[in-house]
Amino acid sequence: MEKDQVPQDNSSTYRGAKKLLYAVDSDGRYDTVTSNGWEVEEFVTSMAVEDLREQAEDARQRVLAGETSPIEYYMYAKRMDVPALALATGLFRWRVRRHMKPEVFSRLSNKLLARYCDAFGIDISTLKSDLS
Amino acid sequence: MTQDFQHRQAAHCESGVVSSLLRHHGLDISEPMALGLSSAITFAYIPVVKLNGLPLIAYRMPPKYILRGIQKRLGIKFRYRKFSDPAKGMQALDDKLAEGALVGLQGSVFWLPYFPEDMRFHFNAHNLLVYGKNDSGDYLVSDPIFEEPVTTNAQDLQKARFAKGALAAKGLMYWIESMPAEPDLAGAARKAIRMNAKMMLKTPLPFIGIRGVRFLGKRVGRLDKTLSSSKKIKLYLGHIIRMQEEIGTGGAGFRFIYASFLQEAAELLNEPRLVEASRMMTAAGDQWRRFALETTRMCKGKNNLDLPALEALMNECADTEAACWRYLNEII
Repeated sequence: MEKDQVPQDNSSTYRGAKKLLYAVDSDGRYDTVTSNGWEVEEFVTSMAVEDLREQAEDARQRVLAGETSPIEYYMYAKRMDVPALALATGLFRWRVRRHMKPEVFSRLSNKLLARYCDAFGIDISTLKSDLS
Repeated sequence: MTQDFQHRQAAHCESGVVSSLLRHHGLDISEPMALGLSSAITFAYIPVVKLNGLPLIAYRMPPKYILRGIQKRLGIKFRYRKFSDPAKGMQALDDKLAEGALVGLQGSVFWLPYFPEDMRFHFNAHNLLVYGKNDSGDYLVSDPIFEEPVTTNAQDLQKARFAKGALAAKGLMYWIESMPAEPDLAGAARKAIRMNAKMMLKTPLPFIGIRGVRFLGKRVGRLDKTLSSSKKIKLYLGHIIRMQEEIGTGGAGFRFIYASFLQEAAELLNEPRLVEASRMMTAAGDQWRRFALETTRMCKGKNNLDLPALEALMNECADTEAACWRYLNEII
């Protein structure tokens, strides 16, 4: 890639930040150039973020319908999946899945809830609050 | 506070941290040199390791490889410490900073508030440097992928250092204990290139190196037979490109950085043929960029989704890169 081909697409995903790239000048010498975004990267990043957002919204609707617990909603909202959440809380996957049943969730001890809160970076009242 | 520390932006976190640490200790080597001397460029497609349900696709060696590689090749003594107790981990950092040391940390991108929201994923193996504390007790952070130094409060930094999950940092901190008197850069470069070429061409596993690129290509060519919806196919393809673009590689998956290293190595070894090799590696990087561009065009619906065409493009990446590695294998 040549220096004048380095994309400057002002990507929204960068939030004004600039990345450093390596590109060649007209003599073929490598140099560094900053870039404020590339359309391609913005697209794939947004696609991944959007997918997680959709999953979170879907889970939120199911929490309101009484089909799942807020743990599933916050899992997606905090960009995780079941294996990641299991590692972050130090629980087995099957326990995490079980805690997504509303009737099991409502009986969880504060100690166990605190582990989820720690993984999500929220407090217990937020975790228990109404998502509507 | 660490005296006279100079922040310098880098394309990638670990090579940037290593370059800054060494420069601070009197050995001015560039970021591409750090990547090249540690033989850290690769290709790996590992379907059994999943990230949010998608396979691990890596364009460089696993975290800490650059640190360890540089340590071994140049005879630099690094000290590493991990902690089970976060409070002790923060205290140890403060103690080290009080000694005036420049300290490297591993942490999770998700919990670092200075990252743009859309880039905050649960990647636990991000590297950054801490060079002191300000009057209000916040840490002075030199994060290599940012233009300017930043500050982070103790609570966020602790959360980032002790986040649990895949590649968990466990509070890892590291610093340089001693530097070699006269490191043999030329000898190290020669060995590093040789080893890297061998790994890319001759690893006896189908999912590593050039064979790995073709392996993934084959998988891409028949994604419509293994995934149930076009949305899933697009997320899979987007994932390949996100990994390829992981922080500042210009879509080339570290190929341009390595090409820059080869150019530096040409002077270091007084070997003009390495300039030609660098040109070939740039061509490989350009090819990876083309793959990224064409794939997103298809995902956006600007062009029709043509998986065999993407497989062919990926095989061209493999061909272009294989030519460079074979040439390197011959001349070094």
